Parts: sequence; structure tokens; C-alpha cells
Amino acid sequence: MTPFLLLQALILLGLIVTGALIIAFKDLLAAAIAFAAFSLLLSIEFYILQAPDVAIAEAGIGAGLTTAIFLIAIRGTKRFEEKE
Amino acid sequence: MKMTKIVRTTADVFYPFCLVFGLYVVIHGHLTPGGGFQGGAVMATGAALLIVAHAYEDITGRIRKTAMKILEAIGLLTFLFAGLSGILFHRPFMANWMAQTGKLFGNTVAHGPNPGDLNTAGLLPLLNVGVGIEVLGGLTVILLYMLSGIKEEKKP
Repeated sequence: MTPFLLLQALILLGLIVTGALIIAFKDLLAAAIAFAAFSLLLSIEFYILQAPDVAIAEAGIGAGLTTAIFLIAIRGTKRFEEKE
Repeated sequence: MKMTKIVRTTADVFYPFCLVFGLYVVIHGHLTPGGGFQGGAVMATGAALLIVAHAYEDITGRIRKTAMKILEAIGLLTFLFAGLSGILFHRPFMANWMAQTGKLFGNTVAHGPNPGDLNTAGLLPLLNVGVGIEVLGGLTVILLYMLSGIKEEKKP
């Protein structure tokens, strides 16, 4: 029981850190990669909570396709966020 | 605009493995976690990798919009006609007439804990394959249309 709790605490900490990094980055490419890391950690958490079906969907859609769509959107617009 | 040669080569090498793993998830949909949608999303991720790594002019020769639209239509029609095929045997819509007949996907599931037999579950593998093909076509068409809409700046 205790190793699982420790692993879950580590993953939740990683989720908070990556979620804060997504907001903090001014480089949108780095923010997209941080979002991919967030999705991957979330899929591991789903797998630990015994929902492997949702974990496959999250890893495929969240970490793969959404990052690709963001990369294409960054390619079409600007890479850096502007200061207001 | 294309990415560096390292990224392009990695995408080229990784693409067939991604397709094979997605096909595995689709075919084993009635035995293991995952199914048509998840496997189709994994296959579309492989295609997305190739689309992101290469320039738009290079990718249109390998992944065509019309082919992906045809795949989407084929998947939807497979699902529809697999559902309607029960009517031929005087059963309702989506009736599982292929289960436990001893023919294609027709084996009886063994009693107790077992490693799983691929040749079971009747109509469900056909529905999974239909959904997988449809999701692959649909998601790839979305990515291709997004990429064709943006203006590529010319970089030396």
C-alpha cells in the first residue's frame, strides 16, 4: 500500500509542477511540451487507479495528437507570447 | 518548413511501429483494454508524427486527403452494415448473430480463467475494426486540413 501512495503523491506533485509550468512559460513550444508531459503523468495516474482503457486514450489523444495540433498551430502563428 | 533531419528520420522509423501497435490494440479490442477508438487514435498519432515532422508538400504524396476521407467513409459503412446484417437473419439491429457459430469469430469462450481466444465475440471485432479505421481517417483529415490552412514562411 505504501509504495503506491508514495508513487501517487509523486505523480500528483509532478502534475502540479507541469501545470504551473504550462502557465509560466512564455515560449509556446515549451508550453506545448510541458502539456505533453502533463498528459503522460495523468495517463500513468489513470493506470495506477486501474482504468487502463482511459489511460490508453489519454496517452494517445493527450500526449500525441493534441501536441501535434499545437505544434502545427505554433508553426502557423508566432512562437513567443507578447508582453502587454 | 520542415524540421531537422534527426526528427524526420526518427518519425520515418517510428511510423510503422506506431501503426502496428494501433492495429494490435484494435484487433484485440474485445480481449484487452482499449478498442476501436483507442487503437485508431494510436494509429493517427503515428500519422500526426509524420505530418508534423515533414513539410506539407512532402507529406501530401504519402498521406492523401482523399484516401483518408475514403477510409473514414469505409469505417462508417462497415459499422452500419455490420449492425444491419442481423436483419437478414430475422434478428433485431446489432444482434450478435456471429457469436458461438464455430465459424469466423465464432468460438465459444472457455470457462474459468484463460489467456483469451482471439476468435470469439462474434460481431464485436468487426465493429472495433470499423471504428478504428474511421477514427484513423477522421483525425488524420483534421490534421491535414489544419496544416494546409496555414501559410508557410520561406526560410533558407
